[in-house]
Amino acid sequence: MLEIKALRAAVGENEILRGIQLRVRAGEVHAIMGPNGSGKSTLAQVLAGHPAYTVTAGSITLDGQDLLELEPEERAQAGVFLAFQYPVEIAGVTNAYFLRAAYNALRKARGQEELDPIDFLDLLEEKLKLVGWGPEIMQRAVNSGFSGGEKKRNEILQMAILEPKLAILDETDSGLDIDALRIVADGVNALRRPDRAIIVVTHYQRLLNFIVPDFVHVLVDGQIVKSGGKELALELEARGYEWLTGVPEEASA
Amino acid sequence: MNETYVDAFERFAGNGGGRGPAGLVARRREAFERFAKAGFPTAKDEEWRFTPVAPIARSPWRLEGRASAPQVQRQDLAPYRFGAAEWCTLVFVDGQFDPALSHRPALPAGVIVEPFAEALEGSPALIERAFARAARPDSTPFAALNAAFARDGAIVLVPAGVALTEPIHLLHVTTDAASGTAVQLRTVLLIERGAHAQFVESYAGLGPAVSFHNVVTEVVVGEGAWVEHIRIQREHEAAYHIGLTEVEQARDSHYRSFTLAAGGAIARHDLRARLSGENVETLLYGLYLGRGDQLVDNHTTIFHDQPNCRSWEVYKGILEGSSHAVFNGKVFVKPEAQKTDAKQTNRNLLLSEGARVDTKPQLEIFADDVKCTHGATVGRIDESAFFYLQSRGIPRAQAQRVLTYAFAAEVVNEVASAPVRNALDRLIAARLGVEV
Repeated sequence: MLEIKALRAAVGENEILRGIQLRVRAGEVHAIMGPNGSGKSTLAQVLAGHPAYTVTAGSITLDGQDLLELEPEERAQAGVFLAFQYPVEIAGVTNAYFLRAAYNALRKARGQEELDPIDFLDLLEEKLKLVGWGPEIMQRAVNSGFSGGEKKRNEILQMAILEPKLAILDETDSGLDIDALRIVADGVNALRRPDRAIIVVTHYQRLLNFIVPDFVHVLVDGQIVKSGGKELALELEARGYEWLTGVPEEASA
Repeated sequence: MNETYVDAFERFAGNGGGRGPAGLVARRREAFERFAKAGFPTAKDEEWRFTPVAPIARSPWRLEGRASAPQVQRQDLAPYRFGAAEWCTLVFVDGQFDPALSHRPALPAGVIVEPFAEALEGSPALIERAFARAARPDSTPFAALNAAFARDGAIVLVPAGVALTEPIHLLHVTTDAASGTAVQLRTVLLIERGAHAQFVESYAGLGPAVSFHNVVTEVVVGEGAWVEHIRIQREHEAAYHIGLTEVEQARDSHYRSFTLAAGGAIARHDLRARLSGENVETLLYGLYLGRGDQLVDNHTTIFHDQPNCRSWEVYKGILEGSSHAVFNGKVFVKPEAQKTDAKQTNRNLLLSEGARVDTKPQLEIFADDVKCTHGATVGRIDESAFFYLQSRGIPRAQAQRVLTYAFAAEVVNEVASAPVRNALDRLIAARLGVEV
């Protein structure tokens, strides 16, 4: 489904991704782990098309379609979803409006009829259950005044509504207590499907106890230095990143 | 001073302007003399530095009112009524009260809602007591001009302890017949002790008239009273609009205002609130929208005269085309006004290269135990917000509209009256091209 080849990306003069090679098939869950500053989040943002990064070499294709050619909204329309590490607060727009605007933008781009607010509510009701929310959340402004856990749940709710082919979860576990983590992970697990690929970007193994990956890759200095099964995550948990980076973890941040 | 104004004033004094209690007549003349001496402000006047009123000053306005009677139908006003035709509504067409278009339902005992001319006959003592008291003719040259010439408007009294369940709407519409006319309106709102009231003061253009509205509103908020005052200015973009609102608050009172400035070639509004008792709360919210060559100017002044008062001010602007906005926010804290809590925020969104904003906070604090902050920003939509919406499939152009709408909605949401809030929400969404 997703094919990343020899990908290099930079912010200004500063190269962050230095030749990423990754293939993700439909139905698979891949975890990208690595110390701070290794480029994990950059990879997530580059996949979604963040304008701050310049891709200098390599390619990214989704089901054969060249993603690098596409604007961020076109990537979303092609089925890419990024759950943000720091979801943006938008005071003044309700969650209901935002989610419907996004949902309808995707439908419109795919030549489908847009849903009116009533029909959309029906759809919402079912998706809200997935993250254990009642309808009240929909009248609050997008992420505005949300706790860290609520913001991450809102990301998963969006994923549930937008039904992506490829979901990238960027440090979705950061700042969550164990209860919030469990809710978020349950939501993600419910969204695992044979025709959907999921990339979980995380620093810690903790999240992977709940969202069990098929493959684990370790990113160091913008390159994947080791790949393996889920047991690799446990090894990282036990040994840290030092044996792969050659430097104590504090110093690599 | 232009002879036109002198002649017009003498004609008016010999005609309608001579009517009413002696104090009123004397105050009119005094105001005119003040205006005649001062003349229109120029760019040399600090208060008008960014707002050249020369187009107003040099136009030969007809001061005696419109030339012909316009045809306005009830349905023409539907878009301006917030779907609330049952509210007590005084309608003024080109500056003249229109009884047929107005709606005056029964109100609680003692409540007075009268057009100016009626009040001259029916409540002269009230006029004598209130006309040009809170907003004195020396406030601005335009206030003096208004006090001299105002021939219509409204006087409202909400007696002590009365709680109105619905807003009172003062709806001013301008038709093509008002082209070339200077309309001077004076509104007085008296809310007595412990009363609870909401007012909507609207100015709407029904056609592309080059008219000049010079309006003054005086609001006197009694002890412990609660008042919401919504001012909606959506005149035609060819019109000139100069407004002054002066508010006086007694102790323990709550006054909240929302000001929308969307119309006018030149639109200036001065809002002054004097907190003249302890434990007063004053909330000033504003939204201004500029496009084309519009000039929109908001000057606010909050006088913290007494201790333990709180003022909270948020004004936001959205500027397109080569429009120009001016914001000046003054906060004066007297030495005795200890424990003052004042916060002022002015945020501006520029949507084009040609748009411009001059923003100036001006805090003068003479008490030492206070919490006063201010912040002003001028900028564009944050790229991280753009990316967030785009990453959800929303095209960039639509994301810009949605985020601009969100910027405006944040302040519109502060309107307490739900029908007005919803109507404003739709108005802003329509103007910004967003479906809500």
